[in-house]
Amino acid sequence: MSHYDERRPYSEYDTDDYDADYDTDWNELDWSDEHARSSRVATGTALALGAAGIALAAVAVGVYRHKAEIANRPADSAPDRAAKDMHRSDGKAVAGKTVLINRPRVELFKFWENYDNLQQFMKNVEHVETQGDKSIWKIAAPAGQSVTVETELVERRENELLSWKSTANSQIETEGHIAFRDAPAGRGTYVEAVVQYKPPVGQFGRMIAKLFRREPGVQARHELKRFKMLMETGEIATSHHYIHDDV
Amino acid sequence: MRALTFHGTHDVRVDTVPDPEIINPRDAIIKITSTAICGSDLHLYDGVIPAVLEGDILGHEFMGEVVETGKKSTLKKGQRVVVPFTISCGSCFACNKKQYSACDNSNPVEKQDMTEMMFGQAVGGLFGYSHLTGGYSGGQAEYVRVPFSDVGPIVVPDELEDDKVLFLSDILPTGWMAAENAEIEDGDTVAVWGCGPVGLFAVQSALHMGAHRVIAIDHHPHRLELAKSKGAEILDFKQTNVMEALLEMTGGIGPDAVIDAVGMESHGFAFDSQANMMNVADTIKQKVGIGADRGGALREAIFACRKGGRLSMPGVYGGYLDKFPLGALMEKGLQVRTGQTHVQRYTKELLELIREDKIDTTYMISHRLSLEDAPLGYKNFKDNANEWTKVVLKPALEPA
Repeated sequence: MSHYDERRPYSEYDTDDYDADYDTDWNELDWSDEHARSSRVATGTALALGAAGIALAAVAVGVYRHKAEIANRPADSAPDRAAKDMHRSDGKAVAGKTVLINRPRVELFKFWENYDNLQQFMKNVEHVETQGDKSIWKIAAPAGQSVTVETELVERRENELLSWKSTANSQIETEGHIAFRDAPAGRGTYVEAVVQYKPPVGQFGRMIAKLFRREPGVQARHELKRFKMLMETGEIATSHHYIHDDV
Repeated sequence: MRALTFHGTHDVRVDTVPDPEIINPRDAIIKITSTAICGSDLHLYDGVIPAVLEGDILGHEFMGEVVETGKKSTLKKGQRVVVPFTISCGSCFACNKKQYSACDNSNPVEKQDMTEMMFGQAVGGLFGYSHLTGGYSGGQAEYVRVPFSDVGPIVVPDELEDDKVLFLSDILPTGWMAAENAEIEDGDTVAVWGCGPVGLFAVQSALHMGAHRVIAIDHHPHRLELAKSKGAEILDFKQTNVMEALLEMTGGIGPDAVIDAVGMESHGFAFDSQANMMNVADTIKQKVGIGADRGGALREAIFACRKGGRLSMPGVYGGYLDKFPLGALMEKGLQVRTGQTHVQRYTKELLELIREDKIDTTYMISHRLSLEDAPLGYKNFKDNANEWTKVVLKPALEPA
C-alpha cells in the first residue's frame, strides 16, 4: 500500500505499516536490571567505537579518493608551485615567485647575469665568488648560521633564462632558474624565479626556517621585490628614519 | 628634534627623537613649517589601526622647506614644498597609470608581508600611518625624511601662505577624488556623509564639478554650518531620519551619488534604522577587539543611493565589516569607487584652483597650535569635534 504512485494524493498513503516496524515501547524495557544495564553500556561502547572506526575509515577513503580524483584531473594553466599539495615525491620543496618589472627584458637579464650585482638586493647572500661556470655562495640561514652552496650553470638562453644546480660541494641540494618574459602592452618584463631544494632537516627544518624568514620561498619573494625596486626606482625602499635606525 | 609620537590608545606625546637623515639617493629632508592633524589620525589615536608601535612618529599632512637633498633628488635647498601623504616611486606599473597610492615600491619589502596577508597584495607606503603602510616616520615633527622626493612634493609659490596650500598634502585632493569618483552628471544630487575636512572638501568639489545639489550629513551643528556656508543643504542625523529625508528630497529615487567621508568609526548609536542598529553591533565588536570596522554611514549610504547610482568611499577602512548590504549594492546596481588618494595626480590642478581663488581652503582651520601642544590638539579634535574642525601645528609657534 505504501508504494509510491504519482496518481495518488499524498494524504491517501497508509503510513501505519511503516511505523509498526520501529514501534518500541521504551516504558516496557527493564531499566532496573544492573546486568542488563552494564551489558547495554558495553554494547553501546562497542557500537560507538565501531561507528568511530567506520567514520575514520570513511575519512581515509575520502582523502584517498580526493587525491586520486585530483591526480586524474586534466592539467590546468597554473605553474607547478601553485599546486595545493606542495610535497614532491623526491622530498624536494619548490619555491617560486613571479614579479612584473617595468624595465626591458634585455636590461634585466644583463644586470642579473653579473653576479656581482646580486648582493645589492639579495640580503641573505653574504658572499658570491664566480669561477667559470661555477659559483660559490655563502647564504644566511636561521639562527645566525650560514650555508655554502656551489652551483653550476645548467642552461643559459640569452635574455631569457639562466638555470643552475648545486654540485656535490654544497651543504644543501638545490636547483633553480630565473626566467625573463615580455609582459604585454609595454608593461615591462615578467621575472620568474624558481628554486627547488631539499630542506636541511626535512619538513621540520623548513618550518623552522620559515619562522626565521629564511625559507627559500620567502627569500625568493623578498629578493625579487628588492630586485624590482632597484630596477624600477634605482634604490631599495626603507622606512628607516636615520642611517643606523634598526626599526 | 621634537616629534609627536604614539604611546598607546589616546596617549600621544611630544618626545625628543633622533633627527632624520638622507638614506636613499632620491630622499630629501624637509624642515616642517605647518603640519595638520587628520581625521584619519584619530583612527590611530583610538587604536583601531593595527601595527602602530610605541614611539612611531605620526602625521601625514605637512609642508615645509627643503634643507637637505639626496644626490638624485630634484628638489633644491630652500624650496617650499607640500608633500603628498602617499609615497610613490613614479615608475612602477601603478604609478605609470597615475594610481599613485597603489605604488608597488614605496612600502619596504619586509613590511609588505603584513598587508599581503591581509589584503592579497601589499599596499603602498604612507607617512606616519602604521607599519602596514611602511612604518615611515610622519610629519608631526620638526623634520621629516621624504623618500622619492623627485616625485611627490610640489613646490609652492612664496605668495601663497602655508594655510592656503597645506591641504594639498591630503584632504583637498581626497575630497576632490571623492567627488571625481562620484562621476557627477548634470542634474545630480550628491549626498555626503560626514562634514569633517574631507567631507567639506567633497562638498566644495562636487559643486565645482557641476552637481545640481549637494546634501551633507553630520550631527555637529558647527560642522553642518560650515557645509552650508559652502553651498550644501544639510541634514542633522540627530534630529532627522536621513533615509526618509533623502528619498523625499529626491522625488523618491534617492541621491544619484553617495560619498562616505566617515570611514571605520562611524557614529549613529541608535535603534532608529536598519543601518544604525547594525552600527551598534559593530561598535561593541570594535570595542572588544573582534571586529575592525564600524560601517553605519556606509550602510546608510548604500541604502539611500538610487538604483544604478555611484558609491564613492574616501573614508578609511582597515579590516572586515559584517552585515555589509551586498544585496542592496548588487540588486540596485551601484558602482563602487574607493581607495587611498592618488594625491600626485591632483596637486598641480588644485594648486592652480587655489592660486586663482576658486577654492577656499582655510575656512575650516579652527586652531593653530605649536607642535608642543599637539597632544592637546588630538584630544580636542576627538572630544570637541564640533568646535575643533581642523588643527594645524606650527613648530615655530610658542607653546600655549
